[in-house]
Amino acid sequence: MINLLVFPIILPFFFAIVLLFFRENVRMQRIVTVIGLALSFISALMLLSKVKSDGVQALTLGSWPAPFGITMVSDMISILLVTTSILITFFVVIYSFSAIDTEREKFYYYPSILFMLTGVNGAFTTGDIFNMFVFFEVLLIASYVLIVLGGEKKQLRESIKYVLVNVISSALFVVAIALLYSVVGTVNMADIAVKITEIGQPGIVTVIAVLFLLVFGIKGALFPLYFWLPGSYAAPPMPVLALFGTLLTKVGIYAITRTYTLFFIHDLATTHELLLVLSLITIVAGCIGALAYFDLKQIMIYNIIITVGVILFGVAQMNKAGMEGAMFYLIHDMLIKGALFLLIGIIITITGTSSLRKMGGLMKTYPSLGWMYLIAALGLAGIPPLSGFVAKLLIVKGAFESGNVWGSIIILASSLIVLLSVMRIFIYAFWGKPVELPVAKSDSYQKMMIPAVLLVVLSIAYGIGSEWLVPYMTDAADVLLNPSIYIDAVLKE
Amino acid sequence: MEFVMSIVIGILFMAAVYLILSRSLLRIILGTGLLSHGAHLLILTMGGLGGSAPPVLVDGVTDLVDPLPQALILTAIVISFGVTAFMLVLFYRTYEEHKTDNMNLMKGNDEHD
Repeated sequence: MINLLVFPIILPFFFAIVLLFFRENVRMQRIVTVIGLALSFISALMLLSKVKSDGVQALTLGSWPAPFGITMVSDMISILLVTTSILITFFVVIYSFSAIDTEREKFYYYPSILFMLTGVNGAFTTGDIFNMFVFFEVLLIASYVLIVLGGEKKQLRESIKYVLVNVISSALFVVAIALLYSVVGTVNMADIAVKITEIGQPGIVTVIAVLFLLVFGIKGALFPLYFWLPGSYAAPPMPVLALFGTLLTKVGIYAITRTYTLFFIHDLATTHELLLVLSLITIVAGCIGALAYFDLKQIMIYNIIITVGVILFGVAQMNKAGMEGAMFYLIHDMLIKGALFLLIGIIITITGTSSLRKMGGLMKTYPSLGWMYLIAALGLAGIPPLSGFVAKLLIVKGAFESGNVWGSIIILASSLIVLLSVMRIFIYAFWGKPVELPVAKSDSYQKMMIPAVLLVVLSIAYGIGSEWLVPYMTDAADVLLNPSIYIDAVLKE
Repeated sequence: MEFVMSIVIGILFMAAVYLILSRSLLRIILGTGLLSHGAHLLILTMGGLGGSAPPVLVDGVTDLVDPLPQALILTAIVISFGVTAFMLVLFYRTYEEHKTDNMNLMKGNDEHD
């Protein structure tokens, strides 16, 4: 039992509160935010090494014994996600220095980001299903602020839909928790798992499982429930979109993974089959969307949806290779999508438009941007040795092992379509006849390139160094496949 | 008692769905309010409505109320109040900007703004 567990949650929260006192002082805001994120990152790394050496860490707040008090649990998957989230936020914040206008910066932009990070890290770390709802609300309320910040006509219109969808899904979340509580009589996740095993998952629990899939599917953009995402995510400025696309859907995916590997594991034929089918349709629907648009933002947004499908497909296999692949892909996608969103933000800033038809020939004037984009795009599609290849290989291997041949074929075909969709951006934006560009400040271009390039380099390192990451991913998959590790860590303190 | 409560919850959900599906922004807010009230009542009912003594351990008292649903509802109510307040402000700003409170007139995407 160590208090280190809550540091990645508390530190962003603390620094966000400090920031509230310096509204007008943009310089101060930037410095404090960077310091806060750096400290959180260090604490997350310390926790990571602790989890690696000593196994799953659990902290009961107020020292109430496990099923009664609120528990915080940090296993390999949650701490990996926490570390990556802080890292992505760090780069996006640096990028925001030049990509966000001062008006927004003065209106609590950085505090909102830090509050959102608090919620995201909390949702990853908590070991209590109701507490997860609370942290979901923390990150959602901060995201409401971020999506509407600036108050443009389009933003207001889209944020209404975003807020409404999330309020309804939150109400359903409460309903699902209430029903689960009536069956098992506890809200501690480890205890729920034990109780469900004792009663052998009767039909009502399977219904609750589907209800949870519905709730988290709305947040994580699963097939019939992603309808709100393309419109809402396109409204806010690029750094906010990058944060939403990399962090928020991942929280939904994490929640599905956690509940479907810890609680609802006794009726795989119903629940996991449903998850499998939905994830495959998600991939197909995402591919159609990614090919249908001639708009940079929309193409990337539909790529988010494809990713959700691929990861959940890996999770639905419930075998070692599939789960490891899903964990690999989860982290890979956060890094590479972050990099791609930042690069696309630069393209939009340079050309002043997000429509592919109005751009061309950027390769002559901005060669380094072109090369970086090309590398990131190949990485997204999973070309070896870049990141994404190992992950997809493992997912497909897992699918073949459990006999889902058609699923594997759809995954592999989707890689080609992802490649096609991002290559189309490359061809239209960087090749062809140069178009007249609005006069851009080269100064801000350089500043925006730095975090983007660093993220691309990081994702390359992730791909080449995947050999060293295997033990971490194996640990994560082990915890997911053997719920007893998690349960023992929480209940046998 | 649980039976009556479940009917009340059902009516609340029904009214909430009806209001949320309407076009006026104000009705939608009222609908989300009713929806969260329904969800909160559901937590209370699902915890079991029995128990006559407050959840404090005293010698000789065995028929205690389950305190957990009450704690959960308290949290959920605070959150839903906060979100409702935010939504009221947001919808008012949208009404000012778009000069309409009709959701039908707020369709559209990037291509036709």
